[in-house]
Amino acid sequence: MIDKLTRFTKTITRRSKALFADGGTVQDGGDESALLPRPSGAFFGSLPFWLPPFLLMGFFVYGAIGWNFVISLTETSGFGAVDYSQLDGEQYTRALGDPTFIEATTNTFGLLVAFTTVCLGIGLLLAILMDRKLRFDNGFRTIYLLPMSLSFVVTAQFWLWMYNYNNGLINSITSTLGLGRYRWISDPELVLPAVVFALIWQFSGYAMVVYLAGLRAIPTDHYEAARTDGATTFGLYRRVIIPQLKGATISAAVVLMVFALKAFDFLYSLTGSYIPPEGSDILATMMVRQAFRLNNQAYAAAIGIMLFVLAIAVIAPYLTYQHKQGEL
Amino acid sequence: MLVLNRSIGTQRLLLYGMLVALAGFYLLPIETGLMTSIKTNPLSTAPFLPPGPDGLTLDKWNTAFSQLSTGLINSIVLAVPATVFSALFGSMAAYGLTTLNWRGQLPILVLFIAGIFIPYQAVLIPLSKFWAVYVPLDELLAALWGLPLLEPYHGDLLALIISHVAYGIPITTLLFRTYYRNFSEEMIAAAQLDGATPARIYWRIMLPLSVPMFAVTLIYQFTQVWNDLLFALVVMGPSEGAPVTVPLSQLGASLSEIGFGVRMAGAFIAALPTIIVYIIFGEQFAKGVAT
Repeated sequence: MIDKLTRFTKTITRRSKALFADGGTVQDGGDESALLPRPSGAFFGSLPFWLPPFLLMGFFVYGAIGWNFVISLTETSGFGAVDYSQLDGEQYTRALGDPTFIEATTNTFGLLVAFTTVCLGIGLLLAILMDRKLRFDNGFRTIYLLPMSLSFVVTAQFWLWMYNYNNGLINSITSTLGLGRYRWISDPELVLPAVVFALIWQFSGYAMVVYLAGLRAIPTDHYEAARTDGATTFGLYRRVIIPQLKGATISAAVVLMVFALKAFDFLYSLTGSYIPPEGSDILATMMVRQAFRLNNQAYAAAIGIMLFVLAIAVIAPYLTYQHKQGEL
Repeated sequence: MLVLNRSIGTQRLLLYGMLVALAGFYLLPIETGLMTSIKTNPLSTAPFLPPGPDGLTLDKWNTAFSQLSTGLINSIVLAVPATVFSALFGSMAAYGLTTLNWRGQLPILVLFIAGIFIPYQAVLIPLSKFWAVYVPLDELLAALWGLPLLEPYHGDLLALIISHVAYGIPITTLLFRTYYRNFSEEMIAAAQLDGATPARIYWRIMLPLSVPMFAVTLIYQFTQVWNDLLFALVVMGPSEGAPVTVPLSQLGASLSEIGFGVRMAGAFIAALPTIIVYIIFGEQFAKGVAT
């Protein structure tokens, strides 16, 4: 890929040189600043490119977060204009005393941790299996990654049917194995693991792709050196390969956590309403319900801000790490 | 890249066996859904088996299609412009922050990249207030709705398009940045020596060379926008202009077993564009997610 690109860019360089060589027409290159742009020149020249997207994105992302923070300090319910005259942190203290909030927080962390670790584990295993000069490896990869291209709304429909009490495939399997039938969705004890399993089905292929790219970036002589030292396959992976996948693990984990925070769409689609199955309420679903069904907009805004802080706690170290690696 | 020295016959066989079993695991829920959607009676055979000899029907697909057709059109009207504009903006931003090198661009870049990871719950209330109270496009553009093919709900759709463009910019910027970083600096320097302005370099060199990355970005972003439910619910709710994910989430909401045939058919109809895009451009999709 990179080789191809280099060759490609070389051709283009030649072509573009030809293009501009006849083109004293472009600018009569006499001006010194046009030869080597000074830093300030580069800054002003770059403005028309990044500033419009930056303003649009900044307004909707950071402007909205700032506004959301102010709303979270009010008492607004959602009807009528927001009264900004009295601002305090009452919604935040309210959250800490709210059992629904505590449960949603516990569920959120449970989902994040279980989903991310299992996805990484399966992804790594798949990647190791795939990294063996296989035939049809593109075909396998296409299949493993297929669920990820589907909407949460779509996969929720599939899994509702899989988890159906009387006729679902999962219960057919468990009852054939003599384990009996379970109410996967309506049992508050089972629904969260069931949802996590469905999400793992959907996204473990993603972890595989990231790990596979990581494995293929490891120079072959590392494998050979370890084998000359008499390492077993298991030892080879444990001591030589897996430590080199740290970067891949970190990026995949961060992205998977972001996916998990978007599980709102999946939980909403299980019931087609703002009330997810009992026992599966996470902060994402609770926030939307408080905002658009129960009309506690200030409270919902506070939950949104807390989710944001949670995300920043994960993202800030990640971006710092990426910057140090020169990856940013 | 690992080739084992030992006799590889049995091992290979075992390996392929595992890979095929895993492929079965990933395909099973989808295949079960497909089979259920074409059975006259979803309960006639085990969920994953094909229908019996006289049990095949397309009725479920017809029912689901008639309920989702408006949503499908809305989704196309939404996803195509939203995808194109966020890819274009991402390419511009990446060019201005990568190829054009200037001091102090790192904080701007960090703001762009951090935007990828923002939980949308932190912006939903301002987003819905902005479009509902401050910029109600369906009222502001009222003069347009008399034109043929335009309806007031297209105002909501436009609001949703703009929102998706804005929230898509961070990821498209990152995708293009990783691509532009690998461009040869000599090439840009040569063009600058020839006196080309940044705009000219962008149009004549960067854009033509960005075609492969546009493919990756467009495909990735198209599936993101097409698959979204949350923004659609918040910006317009279950209205006439809603994209297909909204009616799909309500389809056959009565949980009876019979309703599942229609549900499954609906899920496939709504997923078909992304499945087609994915199967044709699987390579690009994999590249998009791996970045």
